[in-house]
Amino acid sequence: MVDPHALLLARIQFGFTISVHIIFPAFSIGSSAFVATLLVLWRRTGSDHYHRIARFWTKIFAVSFAMGVVSGIPLSYELGTNWSRYSLATGNVIGPLIGYEVLTAFFLESTFLGIMLFGWTRVPPWLHVTSAVLVALGTMISGFWILAANSWMQTPAGHIVQNGVAIPVDWFRVIFNPSFPYRFTHMMTAAYLTTSVVVLAAGARYLLQGKFPEEARTMLRMGVGMVAILGPAQLFFGDQHGLNTLEHQPAKIAAMEGHWENTGPAALVLFAIPDQEGERNRAEIAIPRLGGLILKHDLNGRYAGLKDFPKADRPPVLPVFFAFRIMAGIGVLLITLGLTGAYLWSRGKLFTTRWYLQAATYSWPIGFIAILAGWITTETGRQPYVAYGIVRTENAMSPVGLATVATSLIAFVLVYTVVFSIGIYYIRRLVLGGPKAAHAPEALPNRPLSLGAQE
Amino acid sequence: MTATYAFWLPLISTGVVGLSVAMYVILDGFDLGIGILFPYFPQEIERDQMMNSVAPFWDGNETWLVLGGVWLLVAFPLAYSIITPALYVPLIAMLLALVFRGVAFEFRWVAKPHHRKWDIAFAAGSTVAAFAQGTMVGGLLNGFRVEAGQFAGGPLDWLTPFSVMCGVGLVVGYALLGACWLVMKTSGGVEKEARRFAKPLLLTLVAFIVLISVWTPLQFERVAVRWFSGRNLLYLSAVPLITAALAISCWRGLEGRHPTIAFNGAVGLFVISFVGLAISTLPYLAPPSITLWEAAASPKSQTFMLVGTTVFVPFALGYTAFVYHTFRGKIRPGEGYH
Repeated sequence: MVDPHALLLARIQFGFTISVHIIFPAFSIGSSAFVATLLVLWRRTGSDHYHRIARFWTKIFAVSFAMGVVSGIPLSYELGTNWSRYSLATGNVIGPLIGYEVLTAFFLESTFLGIMLFGWTRVPPWLHVTSAVLVALGTMISGFWILAANSWMQTPAGHIVQNGVAIPVDWFRVIFNPSFPYRFTHMMTAAYLTTSVVVLAAGARYLLQGKFPEEARTMLRMGVGMVAILGPAQLFFGDQHGLNTLEHQPAKIAAMEGHWENTGPAALVLFAIPDQEGERNRAEIAIPRLGGLILKHDLNGRYAGLKDFPKADRPPVLPVFFAFRIMAGIGVLLITLGLTGAYLWSRGKLFTTRWYLQAATYSWPIGFIAILAGWITTETGRQPYVAYGIVRTENAMSPVGLATVATSLIAFVLVYTVVFSIGIYYIRRLVLGGPKAAHAPEALPNRPLSLGAQE
Repeated sequence: MTATYAFWLPLISTGVVGLSVAMYVILDGFDLGIGILFPYFPQEIERDQMMNSVAPFWDGNETWLVLGGVWLLVAFPLAYSIITPALYVPLIAMLLALVFRGVAFEFRWVAKPHHRKWDIAFAAGSTVAAFAQGTMVGGLLNGFRVEAGQFAGGPLDWLTPFSVMCGVGLVVGYALLGACWLVMKTSGGVEKEARRFAKPLLLTLVAFIVLISVWTPLQFERVAVRWFSGRNLLYLSAVPLITAALAISCWRGLEGRHPTIAFNGAVGLFVISFVGLAISTLPYLAPPSITLWEAAASPKSQTFMLVGTTVFVPFALGYTAFVYHTFRGKIRPGEGYH
C-alpha cells in the first residue's frame, strides 16, 4: 500500500502548486479582457488615454501570464509523477478535456500573445486589437475546458466504469456534467471580479497620490462599475452553485455548513469550531431555520447532515467550513465596495471621498484570497474522493517513495516561493510606477524592412 | 473492421505524440539553445538582442511540450502512468528549470538594471532543462522495470552513463540550433560570434550522434536486432547517409551566405535523430515491456482527441507561421520592445 506520509506530502505538493498557479490565470483571464476592452474603446473613441492605460496593464498582464504558464506546465505532469493511478483511472475522460484546452486555447493565446506584447507598432492597429481580443478569448476557452475537467471530477457523468477505469460514453454529458455550468460561471465571474478590484485599487491609489488623474479616474470608474455589477451577480451565481452542490454532493454542503444532524428545520451556523471526531460543533452560533431558507428556500427546509454519511465518506469539516466562510465573507465585502462606490459615483463624489479611496487601496488582494478559499472549499469538500465516487484520493497515488515526494516538494516550495514572490514584487513595482513609467520609447524587435534592404 | 481500427488507431496516436514532441524539440530547441549560449555573450546589448530574437515565440514553442504530454496521457494512460514516475527526477528538474527560464523572459526587463540574476536564471534554466530532456531520452532507451502494470524501479534508475551522455548530447544539439538561429536572425557582433561557435558545435553534435548510434545497439539487443537483421540493414542504411548529408549541408550553410540552409540543416539533424530513435524504440512506448497497443486508451478517447487535433492543429500551425512571418527578418543591436 501507499505510504500515508508520502500520500500526505503528495497532496500538499498538488495543493501548493495549484494554489500558487490559480492566482495567475485568474488575473490573466481578467486583465486580458480588461486590456482588450480598453483597446476596443480606444479604437472606437480615438481617445489616447485608453491606449496609455492598455499599454500599462499589458505589461502587468505579461508578467502575470508568464508566471501562469510556467506554474501551469508542472501540474499537467504532476498528474503522472505523483498521481499515476489517478491518471490511469480517469485519463480516458480527463485527458481529452485537457487536450482540447491545449488545442483550442493554449495555442491561440500563446501565439497571439507574441503579437499582443510585441506588435504595438509592427502590425496595423486593427490586427493588434484583434490579437488582444483573441488572447482574452483564449483565456476564457482555457477556463471552459479546465473547469469542465474539474467539474467532471466533482460530478462525473457520461461515462461507465470498467475495472476501476472510467470510460467515456457521451462526450456532451462528460463536458456539460451537472456542476459545470455553475462552476464555470462562478469561477469566470470570480476572475473578472478579482481583476476589477485590482484595477479599482490602483486607480484609487493614483487619485490619492494625485498622479495620472485622467487614467486614474478611468480605472476607478471601470473598476467600480464592474465590481458593483459582478459582486451582486456573484452572490446569485454562488447561491445557484450551492443548490447544485446540495443536489450532487450533499456531504460537501453539510461540511460547508457545519451541519451534523438532519433532525428538524435546518439552522444557519454563523460560527463554530467543527469537531470531526466528536461529530459536533463547538462554540456554535447559529440562527434557527435560516439554513433551510437559504438552501431549500423554505423556512421548514431540511437537508442531509454529516451523520447521514459513513465516517469514511465525510470530507474534513473544519477546513471546508472555514474556507467557505472566508470566501462568503469576502463576497459581502466586495459587494459593499462596489455598491458604495456606485452610490458615491451617482452623487458625483467618487473621486473626492478620501475614506473610500483609502479603503479601496487596500482591497486589491481580497479577491485572490476569496478565489483560494473557494477552491479549498470545493476541492477539500470533494474528499475522500479525487474523482467523486470513482477513485478515492488514497488510491490515486503513484508508486513513488516518501523520499522522492519529499525532495520534489521541498524543491517546488523553494523555487516557487523565490520566483513567484519576486514576480509579485515586480508586479507591485510596475503598478506603483503607474502608466507613465510604461511610456518608455518602444522600438521594434526586428523590421521587415531590414530584410527587404538585404535582398 | 474493429480489429483494424484497434490496430491503426494507437499507431496514429503514436504518430501524433511523436510529431508534437518533434515540433517541441525543434521549436523550443533553438530558444533553449540561446539560453545555453548566453554565458558566452557577456555584453548586455548582445543578450538583449538574443532574447529579443525569440521573445515573441517562446511561449508558443513551449505549448508543444504540453500537447505532447497531454496526448501521451490521452492516448496511452498506461505508458504515461509508467514513464512519468520512472522519470520523476529529471522531469521535475526540467519543469523547475523551465520555470526559471520562462519567467526570465519577462522578469529580466522589469528588473533592469538589476537583471544579472535573471541572466543566470535564463542560462542555467535553459541548460538544465536541455540536459534533463536528454537524460529522459536515455532513460527511455534504457527501459523501465514494470510489475503488474506499474513502475517498480527506483527513483534513480534513469541515471546511467548512457543517459548522462544523451543529456550532454542534447545540450550540444540545442546549442547548435540556437547558434544557427542567431546567425539567421541577428546581425553585428552576435551574428559573428554565433557563426564562430556553430562549427565546433556541429562537429561535436555529429560526434555524439555517432557515439550514441554505436553505443545503443551494443548495449540493447532489441535495438541491434531492429537495425541489423536481414533487409532492415539495407533500408535503414539510408538513415546514416541522410545524417551525413544534413551535417554537410549545415556546414556549408555556415560557410556561405545562406544562414537559412545552416538552420534547416541543424533542424534536419534533429528530425533524422528523432526518426532513428523511433526506429530503435517502437513499438515499445515504455521499453522493454509495454507496447503502444497495450498502453492504448479507449478508442472513444483517442478518436475524440484525434478529431480535435485534426481540426485545431492546422489552425495552430497557421498562426504559428503567421507570427513567425510577422517577426521575420534580422534584429539589430539596440533594438528591443520592452
